Amino acid sequence: MATTAATAGRIAATPGAARASRSLWSNAWWKLRRDRLTIGAFILLTIFALLAAAAPLLSEYVFHYRFAQQDLLHTYEKPQFDNLAYLLGTDEIGRSQVVRLLYGGQVSLGVGFVAALVNLTVGIAVGLTAGYFRGVIDDGVTFVITTLNGIPQIYLFLIIAALWQPGPYVLIAIIGLLNWTGITLYVRGQTFSLREREFITAAHTIGARDRRIMFRHILPNVLPLIFVLAAIDVGAIILLESALSFLGFGILPPTPSWGNMLTNGASYFVRAWWLVVSPGVMIFLTVLCLYLIGDGLRDALDPRLKTH
Amino acid sequence: MAVTPGTGEYTRARSTATAGSGKNLLDVKALKMHFPLTQGIIFQRQVGAVRAVDGIDFFVEKGETLGLVGESGCGKSTTGRAILQLYKPTAGTVNFDGTELTTLGGEQMRKMRRRMQMIFQDPYASLNPRMTVGNIIGEPLEVHNLARGGEKTQRVQELLRVVGLNPYFTNRYPHEFSGGQRQRIGIARALAVEPEFIVCDEPISALDVSIQAQVINLLEELQDRFKLTYLFIAHDLSVVRHISDRVAVMYLGKIVELADRVDLYERPLHPYSQALLSAVPIPDPAVESKRKRIILTGDVPSPVNPPSGCRFHTRCWKAQQICSEVDPEFIEHEPRHWAACHFPGA
Repeated sequence: MATTAATAGRIAATPGAARASRSLWSNAWWKLRRDRLTIGAFILLTIFALLAAAAPLLSEYVFHYRFAQQDLLHTYEKPQFDNLAYLLGTDEIGRSQVVRLLYGGQVSLGVGFVAALVNLTVGIAVGLTAGYFRGVIDDGVTFVITTLNGIPQIYLFLIIAALWQPGPYVLIAIIGLLNWTGITLYVRGQTFSLREREFITAAHTIGARDRRIMFRHILPNVLPLIFVLAAIDVGAIILLESALSFLGFGILPPTPSWGNMLTNGASYFVRAWWLVVSPGVMIFLTVLCLYLIGDGLRDALDPRLKTH
Repeated sequence: MAVTPGTGEYTRARSTATAGSGKNLLDVKALKMHFPLTQGIIFQRQVGAVRAVDGIDFFVEKGETLGLVGESGCGKSTTGRAILQLYKPTAGTVNFDGTELTTLGGEQMRKMRRRMQMIFQDPYASLNPRMTVGNIIGEPLEVHNLARGGEKTQRVQELLRVVGLNPYFTNRYPHEFSGGQRQRIGIARALAVEPEFIVCDEPISALDVSIQAQVINLLEELQDRFKLTYLFIAHDLSVVRHISDRVAVMYLGKIVELADRVDLYERPLHPYSQALLSAVPIPDPAVESKRKRIILTGDVPSPVNPPSGCRFHTRCWKAQQICSEVDPEFIEHEPRHWAACHFPGA
């Protein structure tokens, strides 16, 4: 037909119309590489994680100080460069703050990331299923969530933490298995609205199975906002861990975590401000980096936004 | 399996009012689509139903275009979706080339979807914003295992060419296209599985007039090329006149008249069709000034609580006592010209 041929001809004349094959993910990566802030945040977070992972090596070969090592002759040492172990000062029983911070990173980052991963996995799976299939499945999920949310969370954590010996793994299990409700409700709500969109009807029309519709059509449309939620989630978990530690139900001394260092240091704030500042800054920077990464990922995954 | 002359299937089909010849691709009988209205929070009870489609009979012959017209909310789109089993019909049968669709299991229906497709009204809403054009058009191929890898890419490019788009557009996203181009993408997706039957659900209503013509031409060209059968849903009467072989007029969930295009536009039997057609402007000032318009009074009644008897009697100027009491049957008043009216004709 003349019209069609003319249109095709006009379009074909556009130079450079061909573009390298790009999926949603490679496209996101391509955009992400140009986003300096997100990359910077990612690098900083990676450095934190590597330092935490290398804590035993660093304490032995660089600082020559074990994390539980006490030195009652050098309590409340101010931060100084003369002795590397005192780089960030010492606490009330002469433990090296910097070494404890490195070890604390292992616990805080580990618990934060793994528990958030558990949260996200459960939240996405349950939220998608409930939102997509609705009916009885959704009623059941909603019942469990409202029941869980009806109990003040801190009580729930305290009860469970009192039942089992607290430690990193128990903490991950507790937080991971109790904190998924927020993400589930969010994913469920988004799924509700997305499943009524016409492109989902179109997917049904071409004969797509439920699994394909859930994971290829609905999930990619929920995912970008999930990244932001995940970033907030990791930060919230690190803070939750410190709250539990403060109450004595989180990580038990002498194992350090940023949370228990912060709450412990609070008592000595007037005498030794550095005990509060260093874990505080670490938590702050970690959460900030996560927010930036979440935000950057959301933008990168939206094909409608162009980065320049 | 096709309906062949001489079989029991064929004789039964002939006996009903709207049976066509043996080459029907689609036979719809007594199709009803009611959406329940419920009340209560925990114990829901049904308090009524929106009778979107309330018992319609028609057939579509192989290779023809059946236009389906009617005002907004009369059940045109619901009919299209109920035929494709996107909604589970409340009652009635939908027979596609000898296969009864309403009783098919999920997996069997999924396989049948290869043979029937749909083109949507809103080209902005019907394409997933996070999928590239290549993935959108290639998805039906993947779903039905028709092509993979390089073969798939090739097929997608071929489809883009068929609908008049640049084959290099595969890696672009829907938002990078105009409305008309997006509608072409939607058409390419529908064509990917090489269907026989396509429900066009107001495919041009969301486009501006200059683009409408292009898309209509494309649809006609594709019909010739791939021997397609269309159910063309629209509310633009002149477009329907242009593209359809036969036209069905719907009012409040029922088909009130069904005839060959020329018959319907020249000699409408049902008062509603007459009123509807009198609203079409004529591009000739002399004729236009003398044109007699039938202005209907009142609004369309609610499909939750439709009027008794003939549904149109509340707005009909011919209405008698009988109209509010007896629902007129859908009768073949002239050869291939059905209408549901107690007082058909001028």
